[in-house]
Amino acid sequence: MEGGATIRDMNNAAVEGGATGCFNKEKIMSIDVFSILIFVGSLTAGFLGALTGLGGGVVIVPLLTLVFGVDIRYAIGASLVSVIATSSSAAAAYVKEGFSNIRLGMFLEMATTFGALIGATLAGMISTQIIAVIFGIVLLYSAYLSTRGHSPATTADTPDFLANSLHLDSSYPSSNGLVSYHVRAIPTGFSLMFLAGALSGLLGIGSGSVKVLAMDQAMHVPFKVSTTTSNFMIGVTAAASAGIYLTRGYIDPGLAMPVMLGVVLGSLFGSRVLVSSKPRLLRIIFAGVILVLGLEMIYNGLMGWL
Amino acid sequence: MNHKKTAISDARIDEIIGNLLRAGVIISSLIVLIGGGLYLTRHGTEAPDYHIFHGEPSDLRNVLGIMKEVSTFSSRGMIQFGLLVLIATPVMRVLFTVVSFTIQRDRVYVGVTLIVLAVLLFSLSGASR
Repeated sequence: MEGGATIRDMNNAAVEGGATGCFNKEKIMSIDVFSILIFVGSLTAGFLGALTGLGGGVVIVPLLTLVFGVDIRYAIGASLVSVIATSSSAAAAYVKEGFSNIRLGMFLEMATTFGALIGATLAGMISTQIIAVIFGIVLLYSAYLSTRGHSPATTADTPDFLANSLHLDSSYPSSNGLVSYHVRAIPTGFSLMFLAGALSGLLGIGSGSVKVLAMDQAMHVPFKVSTTTSNFMIGVTAAASAGIYLTRGYIDPGLAMPVMLGVVLGSLFGSRVLVSSKPRLLRIIFAGVILVLGLEMIYNGLMGWL
Repeated sequence: MNHKKTAISDARIDEIIGNLLRAGVIISSLIVLIGGGLYLTRHGTEAPDYHIFHGEPSDLRNVLGIMKEVSTFSSRGMIQFGLLVLIATPVMRVLFTVVSFTIQRDRVYVGVTLIVLAVLLFSLSGASR
């Protein structure tokens, strides 16, 4: 990754010089070149995101703001749109396999969509510097989570009263036939989901890592069920913020176009490769990239450059 | 399984939902691709302007405005329409889930899903002026 400082200086120079284009005012790149570069960047992000299971959405905003000098509000709008696209195409594949728990997903979506409304509303009220810093913290947290891996969930053996009355317990297919499981800690999971939704609405990301944490760690949902259910929830949560973003003019068609097409194609390729290999090294490298981007976001946010 | 067996099996519902989601992504991607091609042909040599936030023109912020732009073959309007189809995909999915829970006579989850649908429609209501 190139140093953010040089590009930022060029942007500052462009602004001071009165030019409106991104990058250097002497060498203002055309929309053609700009779109192709962003397409390639988003393709890579989508590919690595699907391959490593970390999600590509989380690196789109740093890529657009730090590398391409895009205002964070446009970046969040474009990222949110790509999140809906990847979630929907991945969920289309998962839902047929029978792992997702539709009742659990719908129940928790009450928390995530409401949180997303709050988050997207807050995004219009707080300064872009603070948003950049929060974004950086979430990136650092995602990098930390991804290196830690997941501990095999100890499934609760005794039914929880609330889970039972809400019909949240279910089963999933395995090589030994259907495995049934119990869900627990509904209030904790529901609160964490509200937080995941708020972060999604505030930052234009899927918040998949917080969603899996809530289901995997707090509610003791089996890992495969929590990842697939979380994936189907991400699109619905993002749609709740998208309406507000569209109304507020954050979603720019010229920018969202290469981002969306790139991320969709990239994650399509990435999910094909995923079946055959387990890219541990790639996962560590990608986590490293997320870590650096997180620090860069916090630094730029604190300095007021974003 | 706790819920009652009905004429439409869960597997069949999952299959329909899967196809619905896939169709939404493919159709919206195609519209965005066509609009994007037009956009680059018409504006490709201009300079991008994303460093300072201006917000979108009002026609690209709501459903009626976007329709108006599409009717004049505006390339940016067409991309925005494709994105609107994409945003509508999860909404359709929730709507379909309401229907499937109604068929299963699961009143609690018809209620749950209607609440989610209401939040989504509330968010989009600002855009549907």
